[in-house]
Amino acid sequence: MTDVAILGELAYWQQTGIRVGAGLAAVLLVAGTLVYLHLFKLVSFMQSRLGPMEAGPFGSLQLLAEVGKFLQKEDIFPRKADRFVFAAAPFVVLMSTFLLVVVVPGGPDAWFINSELGIYLAMAVSSVSVIGILMAGWGSASKYSLLGGLRATGQLIAYELPLILAVMGVVIQAETMNMQGIVQAQADGEIFGWGGIGNPYILTQFVAFVIFMIAMQAELTQTPFDMPIAESELVTGYMTEYSGMRFLLFFIGEFATAGVFSAIASVLFLGGWWAPIPGLEFDDNVWNLLGPIVMVTKVVVLTFIIFWARFSLPRFREDQLQQLAWKVLIPLSLANIVVTAVLKIVF
Amino acid sequence: MSRLSSTDTPVEEEAEVVESDEAREALLAKIQTELGDAVVGSHLSPGDDLWVRVDRSAWAAAGAYLKTGLGFEYFNFLSAIDWKPSPFGRDMDAQVDLSLGHDEASEIDMAIEQGVAGGDTRFQVFARVNDIVNGLGVTLKADVPDDDLSIDSWVTVYAGANWHERECFEMYGISFEGHPGLRHIYLPAGFEGNPLRKDYPLLARRLKPWPGIVDVEQMPGDDDPADAAETTEAAE
Amino acid sequence: MTAISDREQLSYIAAQAADARVNVEIETEGMTLNIGPQHPATHGTLRIVAKLDGEQVIAADPIMGYMHRGYEKLAEVRTYPQVTTLINRIDWVGSFANEVPFILAAEKLMDVEAPPRAAWIRTILFEMSRIANISLFLGDMGLQVGAVTPAFFAFRDREHVLNQIEAATGGRFHPNFDRIGGIKDDLPAGWIAETKRAMKKIRSFCDEIEGLLQGNEIFEARCRGIGVIPADVGLSYGLSGANIRASGVDWDTRRDNPCGLVHNELDWKVWTHPDGDSFARFWVRLQEVRESTRMVDQLCDGLPSGPVMAKVPRIIKVPAGEAYVETENPLGVMGYYVVSKGDLTPYRVKIRSASFNNISITPWLLKGVYVPDIVTILGSLYFILGDIDR
Repeated sequence: MTDVAILGELAYWQQTGIRVGAGLAAVLLVAGTLVYLHLFKLVSFMQSRLGPMEAGPFGSLQLLAEVGKFLQKEDIFPRKADRFVFAAAPFVVLMSTFLLVVVVPGGPDAWFINSELGIYLAMAVSSVSVIGILMAGWGSASKYSLLGGLRATGQLIAYELPLILAVMGVVIQAETMNMQGIVQAQADGEIFGWGGIGNPYILTQFVAFVIFMIAMQAELTQTPFDMPIAESELVTGYMTEYSGMRFLLFFIGEFATAGVFSAIASVLFLGGWWAPIPGLEFDDNVWNLLGPIVMVTKVVVLTFIIFWARFSLPRFREDQLQQLAWKVLIPLSLANIVVTAVLKIVF
Repeated sequence: MSRLSSTDTPVEEEAEVVESDEAREALLAKIQTELGDAVVGSHLSPGDDLWVRVDRSAWAAAGAYLKTGLGFEYFNFLSAIDWKPSPFGRDMDAQVDLSLGHDEASEIDMAIEQGVAGGDTRFQVFARVNDIVNGLGVTLKADVPDDDLSIDSWVTVYAGANWHERECFEMYGISFEGHPGLRHIYLPAGFEGNPLRKDYPLLARRLKPWPGIVDVEQMPGDDDPADAAETTEAAE
Repeated sequence: MTAISDREQLSYIAAQAADARVNVEIETEGMTLNIGPQHPATHGTLRIVAKLDGEQVIAADPIMGYMHRGYEKLAEVRTYPQVTTLINRIDWVGSFANEVPFILAAEKLMDVEAPPRAAWIRTILFEMSRIANISLFLGDMGLQVGAVTPAFFAFRDREHVLNQIEAATGGRFHPNFDRIGGIKDDLPAGWIAETKRAMKKIRSFCDEIEGLLQGNEIFEARCRGIGVIPADVGLSYGLSGANIRASGVDWDTRRDNPCGLVHNELDWKVWTHPDGDSFARFWVRLQEVRESTRMVDQLCDGLPSGPVMAKVPRIIKVPAGEAYVETENPLGVMGYYVVSKGDLTPYRVKIRSASFNNISITPWLLKGVYVPDIVTILGSLYFILGDIDR
């Protein structure tokens, strides 16, 4: 319990400082890793090219160069833009990412907040980004942006429901909404009486996992659900008028949110910081150090799926997307809840 | 002989020639029967193509008959031609090229000489339609008199004529009666002049004469300049 | 090849009708969306002014001319051999094919016939420019509906064809290789074997695209039943190429009216599709690329020997007359109506380009579709701006 011991000795402001630093690292470092690994390299290999190779070894410093470029660019406001709304929108989007990351635990004691309603909070704040996107769409005073913003709103509302309903299955099985509790429930769990590798819920809640991943893809507005951006139709939708620093915030927000949502998915379905290896028993302190690494590994794997789909699938039309949400995903997730509840009572 | 051999080509082509020639003659006869006096000229290139010149008043009727009566459902293109030679000379040969305001303009032969299927006026509208079932194409022509540059629109017959007529209107100043929205298609709305008329100067060429025919590429086999000169003379 | 009536997308049409009814009852203010001149879906500078009700298009008016270069006027002040440098730039992704009908028209007026070997090489390059052109479409169609990766595959594999065109002609995009009476040069050594390898790569690219796009449910959902062109409407608008063949019209100038090219000596098939929707247009083009690779293989095998240039005078004067020659270019039927008065220069050249006719159907076709479908339809009609504006 050294970690807690150390934290306990520190003053409140010092603890807060450490947590803020860790939060920034969790958002920005993870986002940077994802951009480099997936956007720069994985996708390049999929498309028979090398990707960036000049900045740093194998182009690993490319992202820094990009950030430098964006920071130097002029911050352009369209003449008829609603200036305050336009300027604030990227921060609102990024804020929702930071709000999400606070519920994700990185180890038995390495958490930002340990709320009894952890997953509930996450689901609640995840929709804040919609407001930011709508602000961007409205504030830009551009028809393309407005169409993008409205599309985003319709889409995100439609996909909140399957997302929450998919989580419900997990919550029923874990009997808690605490994120730590969900990890613990998976570590201690048994699959119909067999507890060799605990019970990662991806096995027993596979339907919920698939629904969660699809709804997450839509929530992140990644292809095949990227109509709010739709670069071949709406140029880039709500981001059309942004440049420089503010575009960079959207860009970071996009990848950071992908990382944070993947982290939540890995807590819910893959066991979070705990690794499902038989006979693996560590001290809590070791888990506090190993946990973040395990988490990042799982996040990279899950985001790989996201970006794999993003760069190989075409885009839906919104009416098709709404049909998928309301006619397929929501009934399926409701059925999943019923089955889970019945099985929970029977076993 | 395999199909890939090139030796049996001429035989196949000749066979086609005879067949389509009869078809075109029959076609011309049908058009003449239907339109009567409105067919004022025609030209048949055996095994190749057919030109029919109709009176301006029968332009729309000719289109409608070709489409509904003869199965020429495919609209190919519609355009116009200005038969009055350019007052600026031939433009090509740097030695005889004329510059802007040059008074040699008067020396140019301005005689109007219409092409295939004849004609009486400076401007002619021509259009081509195809019968894709039998593989036939007809080029229709109609004279448009200078004092009334207008002709019936084909839009109600062939929907595709819409843009072609707009282009023709813009480039030649010929208006099409009954066209739903006759306005500029390529050029800005305020553009003055009709660029494809022969008397519309190509300013770039006026300001800077083209090097012209000086730059003639050596043909393969024409290595000997004397030989090449001979060929040129023989051709002329 | 499902019939139109079988399609699930009929429900989409019904939904559109329902929407239209609702919109009459609840009057909403429309919005005019200016798509272009600079827009990713218009491959250049086409501008479409769309009146929208929500996301539904009430009326769409294409506005072009941002790239009008006046080739018909310019051709009147250039000698016949010089004109090919201009018309190379009409459809700039399949340039060689632009030269062919013009040269054929001039040859027809001069009564010159290219030697067999020249005609065969012409046909090889003609088909290769088709492959270069349509393989780009196959990737681009994915891009239009949101899949990024096929476009990269298209650019990657198109390179093999462009390299071969460059090796033979010296020009990658604008070969300017066709001459009145033949072609400029014979093929370089080793070219035939390398071309056959390139064709094999293109065939595997087609398989890849088929796996990546054609079988994809989202792609089908986006393309099937979208932008249906009935055959008679297509004909009266003068659509050509894959656009009309996808509406079930079995018409290919290469087979039905081969003048000067040797397609009739090859074993090949004209592909058609009964649906007339965006998917059909994509499918027909995919099959056409395959068919073209087979044609190039056959042409390479049966290439006759002999000269590549007929005896023509050094200074070309074309006898007076009028001729219209059309060929089945990558984008559709392209023809040149050449009027000569016996001069060094043509008296009038009417360029009948395929895209101009193909795009003229858009005001009719875009009525009532949704904004994303504009992109699908424009993508599947496949136009090159230079071919519209000339």
